[in-house]
Amino acid sequence: MASEIILDDIVKTYGKGKQLAVDHVSLQVQPGELFGLIGPDGAGKTSIFRILTTLLLADSGNASVAGLDVVKDYKAIRKIVGYMPGKFSLYPDLTVKENLQFFATVFNSDIQENYHLIRDIYVQLEPFKERRAGKLSGGMKQKLALCCALIHKPRVLFLDEPTTGVDPVSRKEFWQMLARLKEQGITILVSTPYMDEAGLCERIAFIQNGKILKTETPDQILKEFPDALYKIQSDNMYHLMELLKQIPEIKSSYAFGDSVHATIKEQGSQTVRQRLIDAGLPSLVFETTKPQIEDCFIQYLHE
Amino acid sequence: MENNYSISVDKLTKKFGNFTAVDAISFDVNGGEIFGFLGANGAGKTTAMRMLCGLSIPSSGKATIAGFDVYKETEKIKRNIGYMSQKFSLYEDLTVAENIQFFGGIYGLDRKELRDKSAELIARLGMEKDAKKLVNSIPLGWKQKLAFSVAILHRPEIVFLDEPTGGVDPLTRRQFWDLIYQAADSGITAFVTTHYMDEAEYCNRISIMVDGKIEALDKPAALKNKYGVNSMNDVFQHLARGASRSDL
Repeated sequence: MASEIILDDIVKTYGKGKQLAVDHVSLQVQPGELFGLIGPDGAGKTSIFRILTTLLLADSGNASVAGLDVVKDYKAIRKIVGYMPGKFSLYPDLTVKENLQFFATVFNSDIQENYHLIRDIYVQLEPFKERRAGKLSGGMKQKLALCCALIHKPRVLFLDEPTTGVDPVSRKEFWQMLARLKEQGITILVSTPYMDEAGLCERIAFIQNGKILKTETPDQILKEFPDALYKIQSDNMYHLMELLKQIPEIKSSYAFGDSVHATIKEQGSQTVRQRLIDAGLPSLVFETTKPQIEDCFIQYLHE
Repeated sequence: MENNYSISVDKLTKKFGNFTAVDAISFDVNGGEIFGFLGANGAGKTTAMRMLCGLSIPSSGKATIAGFDVYKETEKIKRNIGYMSQKFSLYEDLTVAENIQFFGGIYGLDRKELRDKSAELIARLGMEKDAKKLVNSIPLGWKQKLAFSVAILHRPEIVFLDEPTGGVDPLTRRQFWDLIYQAADSGITAFVTTHYMDEAEYCNRISIMVDGKIEALDKPAALKNKYGVNSMNDVFQHLARGASRSDL
């Protein structure tokens, strides 16, 4: 089966070549796949989205969507993709309903034709359908933008940081909606800076400074974590973190919620444990733990 | 109101017409404490924070910030707090050094203080080579660290941090929290909002707002205990799921 999205050695620079935004990126997304581009702001995610949606020309390399070339076939691509940019890009002076109608009309459709795709989301917007889009809250704007990107039943959906700045409950709901869209057979490329969302994708690519660090399924990435990972806790976390920085056997140590996640040089775990006990830290916990996606991302940042 | 709290809030309320955005919230924050102020979108966090910063006059209730009254002494409040958000922090078209000078000037540092403090700050951040670079040309993580340092340049009693780490990579996020810990260790109170639930664990105490009210307020460990769950994310999901008003 041919890949639905292909990036082949794509390079993009800004400022007459001074600023390298996308650094020889190659990537393939399969039809119907929910694929996550995971990385911080400034990693190059938005440039990749804009190249794939034919809004930006790469300096070099090839890219295609649904078998169509992003340069030669840009008109055809625009008809079959939905794009939700990171920045709110709807018409603030049009109402919720008018925005939706506008986007449907542009694609020679109407709201009824593909209403089933947006129903779950649109029912939440319906009480505000006469409100101007510019007057909506952040979460509501995001829901409307998703409706507008879906209303022409796109074959491929591009979502650039749809959950940034959204609270954990709404983020969870948003991902449940994506899972339902995937069931309709839509290929989805989604980017996020939230590492906990990576586990909800079928495959992910870690990206930083324009480079892909790793492309894999979340499960496989977790399996490949190379070191034993220790979870260390104390009632005095600040003291604990300062102390760990001074122990030479510690390879890495990072705050991780209510504990510290640390990797230790070979044969060093007993020494580290003894140092912590000797320091008399209150309510010390020292045990091995399973890595999370964020541990893996940090580890790739160091390679 | 006489007290030794950095922030003291008593039944603070803000109404817009018939809509009660903030509904009689009460809490106290100690000096040097890291206080997490959580809530779903639309719960009323921003409105509450605007009142605490002296930018919006409450409808009713009482509050003092660094001992100053939120009705009568808003200008004094503004001089005694620092503020940083992900959305607004630094002027992109000014250099690193110019930003430090600009904000230091605004916060009333005199010329000598400004010279000493900006040299010290640039050295501490290891940005000697970048002092003359425009802010829009430095990496986001550095911007964030610089913005935080600038917000506490005048040694405010309290620093308000409104989603300070949105969008930054996991390493930078942790380095940023090191700065918050250091500031708190030196006695500055940090009042922080975030959507990262692991960061909620880094706070001494947190409050969770639902529909304009504070539904929970305690140490992270105590909250997890109370609701019988293992993470702050579960606590948050448990409380905020019951919200009737989502994001208006």
